[in-house]
Formats: sequence, structure tokens, C-alpha cells
Amino acid sequence: MSEGQEDKRIPIYVDGEELKVDPGTNLIDAVALAGKEVPHYCYHPKLSVVGNCRMCLVEMGMPGRDRATGEPMLEEDGSPKIMWVPKPVIACATNAAPGMHVRTESDLVKECREGVMEFLLVNHPLDCPICDQAGECRLQEFATDYGRGYSRFIEQKNVKPKRTRLGPRVMLDDERCILCSRCIRFCEEVAEDPVLGFVDRGSYTTLTAFPGKELANNYSLNTVDICPVGALTSTDFRFKMRVWFLKETDSIDTESSVGCNTVVGSREGKIYRITPRRNDHVNDTWMPDSGRALYKQVEAENRLTGYSIEGRPCSPDEAFSLAATLLKGHRAAIVGSGRLSVEEQYLLRRMREAVGGDAPTFLVGRTGEGDGKLLSADRNPNTRGALLTGLVDTLPKEDLHDLAHLIAEGEVDTLLVAGEDLTQAGVTREQLKRVQIVYMGTHHNDTSSVAKVEIPVLTVFEKSGTFVNQQFRVQKFAQAVPGPKGVLFGLSNYTRLLETLGSPRRIAPSPSNVWKEMAGDVPEFADLRFEDIPRTGTVVDDSRFAHLPFVEGPGFHFNPERAAETAGA
Amino acid sequence: MATKVVERKPLSLAERTFLPQIVSGLRVTMKNMFKAPVTLEYPDERPDIPPGYRGVPTLVKDPNGREKCVSCQLCEFVCPPKAIRITPAEIPEDAETAHVEKAPEEFEINMLRCIYCGLCQEVCPEEAIFLQDIFSVTGTSREELVFKKDKLYALGGTLPDSHFKWDKKKADELAGNPHH
Ligand code: SF4
Ligand code: SF4
Ligand code: SF4
Ligand code: FES
Repeated sequence: MSEGQEDKRIPIYVDGEELKVDPGTNLIDAVALAGKEVPHYCYHPKLSVVGNCRMCLVEMGMPGRDRATGEPMLEEDGSPKIMWVPKPVIACATNAAPGMHVRTESDLVKECREGVMEFLLVNHPLDCPICDQAGECRLQEFATDYGRGYSRFIEQKNVKPKRTRLGPRVMLDDERCILCSRCIRFCEEVAEDPVLGFVDRGSYTTLTAFPGKELANNYSLNTVDICPVGALTSTDFRFKMRVWFLKETDSIDTESSVGCNTVVGSREGKIYRITPRRNDHVNDTWMPDSGRALYKQVEAENRLTGYSIEGRPCSPDEAFSLAATLLKGHRAAIVGSGRLSVEEQYLLRRMREAVGGDAPTFLVGRTGEGDGKLLSADRNPNTRGALLTGLVDTLPKEDLHDLAHLIAEGEVDTLLVAGEDLTQAGVTREQLKRVQIVYMGTHHNDTSSVAKVEIPVLTVFEKSGTFVNQQFRVQKFAQAVPGPKGVLFGLSNYTRLLETLGSPRRIAPSPSNVWKEMAGDVPEFADLRFEDIPRTGTVVDDSRFAHLPFVEGPGFHFNPERAAETAGA
Repeated sequence: MATKVVERKPLSLAERTFLPQIVSGLRVTMKNMFKAPVTLEYPDERPDIPPGYRGVPTLVKDPNGREKCVSCQLCEFVCPPKAIRITPAEIPEDAETAHVEKAPEEFEINMLRCIYCGLCQEVCPEEAIFLQDIFSVTGTSREELVFKKDKLYALGGTLPDSHFKWDKKKADELAGNPHH
């Protein structure tokens, strides 16, 4: 705590141990700070509290005060007398108050948990072997902790609909549902598309979509993530792979400048799913459905996997040296991409310097409608990276008619295109045929088909690096799977081409080395090392770009007006 | 290194004739000539396999002919030498066993890797994989020794089932809820 700012935290006592927490902290989170877990199903830190599962029962007490005098009541030894609430209370609906005592491990609490578990399991099917949630199922976990191990229920179990299609991406198995209502609250509070609800009563209560409605919004798969059991499953991931085989890698959603933090689940070089990663400054615990399908690009049919010159396969070195000959001594132009990582954009800038320094450089803009949540209007994940690294100094345009003009005038001989299809950006195929193209990209497209040199590069899942999101937050992503066979690893394609172009110094092809180079060239990155960027990212100074009219509207944790104000201040 | 000389006892006269040794050797030979043989004329004769023997792991069907494995992949997880490889799949909705929802599309056991530990049998929650009495595994190529699903079912056959868990489940489903 800095001076002048008093410590507002209050003491609470978890199983007798003192702990300082912010006033009003939810008791479940407070106990988690003490390194203990209060088992819970319905509570979710980013949703409203309903308290309907009763799994989080704990014993709670407050220091007593004399009713007549208001004096604190003391034990004989002088310690405050704790007035325990006679019955257990639910932790999720309790906020930490000064001096509060909690018992999370007493016999009564354990008995409560065992009782709740037994009731939850009464009608639960024995589906674990065929249930996609197995391995990350809270019910399974707490059943091993507090379950009885056998069933006293001899009556016939409830039958509920299985395999209900709730929407295009979500399947529901009602028998597995424990009625925590997290999905209902999510749809109402976060997705703002209330389509789910409970019908019937008692043990026949059933989750369902309202008549004529379906769970089709672009956030529907978050319900699958927050479902503590296997009731909601993703149609895409369903029955594909067991979660315990999945290697989890931190990544970033590349579909817009929000930069949702994600976890990529892969096994033996194949990606199976993408789920959100909690970052309270960016995406809380959510992400759009559209970003979860992006892994399919890795194994797409039109993936570029080999180096070639005019369509004939060649070795990487041949491709680089021809590319260098084409770029050097000719009038070259560069088309970068807002989908490249910061490191790649910086290396492109260095390539421009190596070919002469005044090559006109373009960035292809991509805009869509922002949804006010986690999908922003700028559909490039790294527009700000291109600005920071000095690759470009204006906002990208969707239509590159300036470039088309230059080509038509015959002022450009060679184009270095990094990962973009220029035919989609206002340059015609005929115009492209008039210049020599060096194409570096992940996939084949109309531009690569007329390119002289094709250099295959890696997708976001196959390399590590950084993106800068709309908040000017530098966020890291890590390599989840190896790249296609034959494609140079990491940033090698860029560093080797740069070397062939005659750059004075060799740069080892890893992000941390490129960051060392950038420290000297980019003032905002001067004291930042790649290794020091935390998992949740770090915000860099944006005052150099305060005058630019960025396209993003407000969204979660982002307000363009406020961002502009703080930058101006 | 220092050498140590071991002293040898000189041979006695009887030992030097070798006769006692020859006679005792012949006695052993004669005794065994008239005993019943302990070896088998393999492969014409086959040994009795005791219960609990851990032979080749196989997949079994229940008495109704339903494939029991639901591709939970627990055996794949537990297998110490990573011999098992499963491709899970959904059972189509019009199939008779649609209520089981999941079955293996492909199930491979690499018999060059299997160490016959029996952990797969132990872990299987559906009692679908058993190490039965097959002990002879031969083949002329590596591929042939990666047993595929068909072969595993052919080797496994049908075993009695004491649960009929999925049949009961289907009956419950058909019966519906008691008060509804
Ligand atoms: S929801 Fe959990 S406990 Fe229920 S069947 Fe699925 S894995 Fe098992
Ligand atoms: S017996 Fe052991 S080694 Fe062989 S397949 Fe089963 S688990 Fe694997
Ligand atoms: S453990 Fe049993 S049910 Fe699961 S995949 Fe293996 S054989 Fe199939
Ligand atoms: S988590 Fe508190 S009642 Fe469900």
C-alpha cells in the first residue's frame, strides 16, 4: 500500500486463521484466497448469486456485542466471543465482514456436503464413461470428496430428455443437469439473450429453451464452459476427445482487436478445442463462439505447406534468395497484415529498411460490426501492433486503391505480401499480374496463385508471440502445436528473409530476441522484456496514437471515450 | 591385481575311474524314461489355461450382441506402454443402441507394445475389455500386430454379463416417470 492510501482490507478468520480481504468479498472467493476450497456449483464469480445448489454451506459467526451496552463480548481469556449462526449458511450469498469467522472443515459442514451430494446424485445417470465432462466435472470431483460411494436410492430414477438440441452449437442432456441455473443467468446477464429456463417442478424440473427459441447467439458456447456438469456439451467437441488427454496452451483469440484470452486444447499436434481463459481486464471468463472455430484453419485444405517459385517446389533458401533479388534494387511495396504478431510486423518493418526504407507500406483493414461485448469493429487482432512497431503510421483501409493506383501507374515492380489476399482488398488479379509478388502466408488464395515466390508461414497456434489489443494491452500467446512438416519454425521465415536481404545483424528467430531488438526501436517497449509480460498482458502507453480515429465502439472492459481521455490527460 | 590360487583336492581312486558318476547319471535317465512326460506336443497339444490368466487383451460383446465398449478412453489413459489407441464416435440416432450414445469408431491395440499388465481390464467401467486365454501372438509385419477393432472383437467373443446396465436404462426410458 502506498502512503496516503490506507489499507481498507478487513480481517476475517478462515478455520481460525486470519486473512485480510477487501470488504464485501464473496466468502467463496475469500476462502479461496486462504488456499481452501468451498465446493460450489451455482456460484460463478461473473454472474449474479442465486444460492440454489446449497453445496457451499459453511458455518459462520461474528464477534458478539452486548445488546444493552454495545460493548464487544469477550471470552474469559479476553478474546472476542464469537456468536456462531446456529445453522450453516451458504458462503456464496455471504460477503466478508470485519471479524467474521468461518468454519469450512467442521463435521457439520462435511455432513452438509455429503447430504447435498447424495441428493444431487439421486437422479443422476451413471453416464461418466460416455459423458464429455468427465475429467473436468465438478460433480465427479465432489462426489469423490463427499460422495457415499454407493446409492441408497432403490426407487426408479427420473427419466428426462437426453440429446436435446438447444441450438446449432449446444446439446443438452437433461438427466445430467443439476439445476444450478448458471446457463440461464449467463444468457440473461451476459449474452442478453434470455432463451433458457426451467419448466416443471421438484425433481421433474427440466432445463429447456423457451418455445420457438433456440440458443443460437454468438456466446452460446460459454454456457458449455460454465456448466459444472456434462449437461451442456459442444456439438463440435462432443465425443471427439477426452479432456484429460488435452494439452492446454495459453493463446489469444485472433478474430478481433478485443484479444480474448484463450486456452487451446491439443493432443499430439492436433487441436480439439478452444476455451476462454479468465482475464478480468479483458474478457472476464467469456469468449465468442466464432473464435472457437478458428483452429480449423490449421488443417484447412488450402493450407500452404511448401516453399515454391512460380508454383514449382523449391528449398527455403532458394525462395529467400529469389525474394531478396526481387525486392532489392526494384521499386518494392509492402503489404503487411493486422493478423501478424508484433514480432512479425517489426521484422517486416526491418525488411522495409533493408530494401531501402521508403517502400510504401500498407495494411489491410478489416472491419465488421462490433457487438458491444467481446467482438469489436476492428477485426484485425493486431492493428495497434503495426502502429507501435512502426510498420505503418495510419489506420489501415479496407480498400487498397492507393496501392492499385501505384501498380496501375507502373510505380511498383515488386510486392511483398504478408498473409493477405489483395484481390479481396481492391486490387484486381490483372493488376497483380503486372508486378512480381513475394507471398508469405498460411493459406493459398488468389494472391498466392499469381505470386512468384510463395513462403509458407505459421498460424497463431503454431508459433508464440504477442498481439496488442484495443486497450493497447500487449498479450502473449504460446505455441500449441508444431507447424506443418517442412515449414521453418518460429520466426525463422522472417529472420532468414531479413538476413538474405542483407540486414547487418542476425536476429535469432524467437520472440524474446526480437523484443530485445525492439526495445531500441519502439519507445513504448523500451523497458519491456518478452519474458516479463504477464499472463494477463500489460498495457503500454498509447499517447503517440491518441489522434487516430480507431473504429472500436464500447465493449466489455473497453470504452473508447475513456481511453481517449486518459490518453489525452 | 593380486591373484589368489585356489587349492584343489586331489581326486580319489573311484572318482578317477568316473564309474560312479556314469551309473548315477544313467539312473536318472532310466527313472525318467518310465515317468509320464511333463512337456506338451505343442502346437498339437495345448495347455489348460488357468482362470485369471492374462493373455491377449480382447474386446467382448454382451449376450445380446451389443458391443460393450463405449470408448471412454480410460484404458487408453491407463495403459502404461501406450499400446491402446481409440477413435471415439457417436452412435447414430437411428441405431438400436442409440441410447448408449458413444462407441469406438476404431480401437487399436499395438501388441508389440502391450505388456499384458491387465490394467485396461481393471480400469474398464463397462467390463468391455478382457485379457483372455490367447497367449500366442505371431505375425509377419508390424502392421499385422496392431490389432484392430474387428480382430479384437473376433478374439473376444461374448462373455456373460451380470448387469445389463444399458438394457435397464432403455427399459426405464420406455417406462417414463412414475408420476408423470
Ligand atoms: S455430469 Fe459429471 S458426474 Fe454426471 S455423468 Fe457427466 S461426468 Fe459423470
Ligand atoms: S494389458 Fe496393459 S499393456 Fe496391454 S493393452 Fe492392456 S493396459 Fe496396455
Ligand atoms: S475402458 Fe472399457 S469402455 Fe472404456 S474405452 Fe476401454 S474398453 Fe472401452
Ligand atoms: S454455490 Fe452457494 S448455493 Fe450454490
